[in-house]
Amino acid sequence: MKIRTLKRHFVEAFKSMGRNGWMSFASISAVTVTLLLVSVFLAILLNINYIASQIEDDVQIRAYIERTEKPESYDGYKQELEKLGKVKEVEYQSKEEGLDELIESLGDEGKAFSSLKNENPLRDAFIIYTEKPQDTAAVAKEVEKFKFVNKVEYGKGTVEKLFKVTDVARNVGIVLVLGLVFTAMFLISNTIKLTIVTRRREIEIMKLVGATNGFIRWPFFIEGFALGVAGAVLPIVVITVGYQAIFDIVNQKLGTVFIELLPVTPLIPQLALLMILIGGVIGVWGSLTSVRKFLKI
Amino acid sequence: MIEMVDVWKTYPNGVMALNGIDVYIEKGEFVYVVGPSGAGKSTFIKCMYREEKPTQGSIIINGTNLAKMKERQIPKVRRKIGVIFQDFKLLPRLTVYENVAFALEVIEESPKVIRERVMEVLDLVKLKNKARMFPDELSGGEQQRVSIARSIVNHPPVVIADEPTGNLDPETAWEIMDIFKEINTRGTTVVMATHNKEIVNTITKRVIAIEGGRIVRDEAKGDYGYED
Repeated sequence: MKIRTLKRHFVEAFKSMGRNGWMSFASISAVTVTLLLVSVFLAILLNINYIASQIEDDVQIRAYIERTEKPESYDGYKQELEKLGKVKEVEYQSKEEGLDELIESLGDEGKAFSSLKNENPLRDAFIIYTEKPQDTAAVAKEVEKFKFVNKVEYGKGTVEKLFKVTDVARNVGIVLVLGLVFTAMFLISNTIKLTIVTRRREIEIMKLVGATNGFIRWPFFIEGFALGVAGAVLPIVVITVGYQAIFDIVNQKLGTVFIELLPVTPLIPQLALLMILIGGVIGVWGSLTSVRKFLKI
Repeated sequence: MIEMVDVWKTYPNGVMALNGIDVYIEKGEFVYVVGPSGAGKSTFIKCMYREEKPTQGSIIINGTNLAKMKERQIPKVRRKIGVIFQDFKLLPRLTVYENVAFALEVIEESPKVIRERVMEVLDLVKLKNKARMFPDELSGGEQQRVSIARSIVNHPPVVIADEPTGNLDPETAWEIMDIFKEINTRGTTVVMATHNKEIVNTITKRVIAIEGGRIVRDEAKGDYGYED
């Protein structure tokens, strides 16, 4: 294809967008509405995922060591624990360190426990992190079997519930986003189909004059892409401004709490790029599938 | 130039439109195709520019066998055949100039050549002063002249017309015929399906009559031969 033909296709595409003003507007609106929903849901979904993994990463197994065991053999025990499958890391925590941690975590009230330092009621412990947080329960069971282990703590019940909640949140989010993308594709291809049906006769005539399918398709391809990308503009603006605002509020008011949102960059640039991509792809897909039907003349 | 050998066409619904057509049309000839409605005229014409594919037989135009051609070669063949329809088939959103230029844009002609040739054919059909108008601003005769201009703008060796005067009043029809005569004089083969008795009997040319999907008459200087 010659450069001037490509130029001609661009001119044709934009001319036709102008001449079909209302149809172009309808297509862009359809893309805008759906991409708006998709971007909001994606931002929520990614944040749920992020928060869930923050919580999950905090999940640990505490294996308290029998008081009868001698500290000399601890190294060997640690190695035995590390050899278990699915274990990422094993840390040793002496009972003194355990008490310090406890006192610190309780703040002012913790000071009352300071008197216990001479008569520490705690035990030495191994803190075990699993490769996948979901393996916690299984690993804990394994750890329990060792003779040197007195007691295993891993938030039994709570951990399982937590995983159930985060899993459900993720799956629901994915289904919603996929559903929205498909709705968008359907909506947009229908709108574009309408604009093309009105041009059916034109396509027929072009073919009779000897235009190749490619020649006819190009302007539609460009038009579909342009409409899709144009539809992504407003959602990008909204999500950028909106997310920045929400991010600021959450970090100011809830900054002390353990949860934290995904940082604005790279999340927003990535989302913007994705929106342009989805918009462009469904625009092109919509116009090409619709035009294909009329090319068989 | 145009050669049909034992051409049969049966539509999927069972209608047998052409039943063994043999015809040879020399370069530079002017041929009328006549016959009652539903006799197969339109199918005969449509086979010539490959809107319909024959069920059997071969159609050779400009050295290409249309019956054996692949789908993607169709555009190339159509560029060498000018086609004119009863309903003009102009692109409604393009101006007169753009409609004619379209046939050249398709073959990626340079803008300079496009401008020259379009003005040249618009001059021939006497529409130079209406180049910027849209089809719906023109009369029927003027629209048909635009479509003729489009069909000849890339100098095809053959022009095929399916009842080009069918939608026009008698006076306008004669104007259109003058243009066809002019095109033919310049060496282009013209094949025209028509119902216009006056024209066929006045501008006498070769007449091919089709009835029941067969050629029943083929005369060098024929007349219309029907009463309608």
